[in-house]
Amino acid sequence: MAGQAVPLFHPGTSLVHRLGAGTKLLSLLVAGVALTVWRAPWQIAVAFVVVLAAYAVARLPVRLLLRQVVRLAWIAVPLFAIQLLLASWQAAVGVVGSFVALVLLAGLVTLTTRTTAMVDVVVRVAGWLRRFGVDPERVGLMLALGIRSVHVVLGLAEEVRDAQYARGLRASPRAFAVPLIVRSLRHADRLGEALAARGIDD
Amino acid sequence: MPEIRVDAVSHAFGDGATRRQVLRDVDLTLVEDRIGVVGGNGSGKSTFVRLLNGLIHPDEGRVTVDGLDTVRDGREVRRRVGFCFTDPDAQIVMPTVAEDIAFGLRRRGLSTAEREERTRAALTAYGLENHADHPAHLLSGGQKQLLALASVLVTDPDVLVLDEPTTLLDLRNAAMVRRLVDGLRQQVILVTHHLDLLDGFDRVLVFDDGRVVHDGAPAEAVAAYRDLAMR
Ligand SMILES: Nc1ncnc2c1ncn2[C@@H]1O[C@H](COP(=O)(O)OP(=O)(O)O)[C@@H](O)[C@H]1O
Ligand SMILES: [Mg+2]
Repeated sequence: MAGQAVPLFHPGTSLVHRLGAGTKLLSLLVAGVALTVWRAPWQIAVAFVVVLAAYAVARLPVRLLLRQVVRLAWIAVPLFAIQLLLASWQAAVGVVGSFVALVLLAGLVTLTTRTTAMVDVVVRVAGWLRRFGVDPERVGLMLALGIRSVHVVLGLAEEVRDAQYARGLRASPRAFAVPLIVRSLRHADRLGEALAARGIDD
Repeated sequence: MPEIRVDAVSHAFGDGATRRQVLRDVDLTLVEDRIGVVGGNGSGKSTFVRLLNGLIHPDEGRVTVDGLDTVRDGREVRRRVGFCFTDPDAQIVMPTVAEDIAFGLRRRGLSTAEREERTRAALTAYGLENHADHPAHLLSGGQKQLLALASVLVTDPDVLVLDEPTTLLDLRNAAMVRRLVDGLRQQVILVTHHLDLLDGFDRVLVFDDGRVVHDGAPAEAVAAYRDLAMR
């Protein structure tokens, strides 16, 4: 269901929860850079040990980790197979391993950080954009809306699918995509209006 | 109570062949505590209430809230006039309940502590205290609408406009919204098809084809609306 599509903040008091949002986002950035440079199998192994240790320190329920792994498997397994066929097992481990490790790490950041805290960091970092006439609050708002929109659109997708099943329509990509796009646009319209009413443009 | 004046307002959408006159010369002064708005689909109710906080600017005439012009002083008007829409999903901005309530308090010059305090108070006041960190998309429809209301009311507006807030809700949730609205200190302007929500209201406006065709106590207004619908 839609609720499991993207990890959301899971309240807690662990060390990872208490770390500043800026620190966590910066660590994620550093990990991203590191894993594009260091991709040998033993380096990937180290990365996984670090990620799993961080999950342990965050004292998150194991199911939150497993859920992400299962979801990632849909992409990771075929990707691994392709790499294995076209390149080598080392390349497969490097590419897929770094990808999975990073996504899990990003998941850890979202699970342990309130969206508000992330938005605040982004607003601060985007402060320098002010001199180009960009409002940093707006950049932060975009981030928050982006996160929320994923859930809304996934919810709409479910509604469209249910409506099709209810009318006995077989799943055709077009019969799915068109109503989903229409509903998403209608949602965007209403959201824009609600934002205006809440004084976002003022 | 605030005084909302709607002065000789007319409004149309589109132009040329697609032009559609939606409001025709509407003239009203709204000072009552509880004001209902009823009328058929497309009669102009939503357009009318969107004028009240400057979401729509009138083509002709003007709208003021306590003397503030909705076009010239839009920002100030929107701070006084809170708005709650039909579809709660489209009003929720942040991924979790407490964050969405707190969101409305950004840019209000409040300290973080004040923001948190007011958010906590709103969570309790609207029965959401056990859902503070709950993902907004997992709430029931009724709870989402409560959240949407809480997120507007936390900013403490003087007027609350609600455009069919219960249309997507079942009877129990509609009754819950009704109870909540009953207890508010704000001036309330409520557009609805749930006519029983208007019991005890001070004044009800009936719209038809962009005009106010009846304006009075709920019982007669509802009767006038029923007549109109049966014609
Ligand atoms: N943004 C818009 N652009 C064009 N036409 C609109 C727009 N909003 C409303 N209308 C039209 O104006 C008329 C009145 O709409 P509305 O005020 O929403 O009525 P009600 O809320 O009473 O159902 C309808 O015919 C509607 O199609
Ligand atoms: Mg309407």
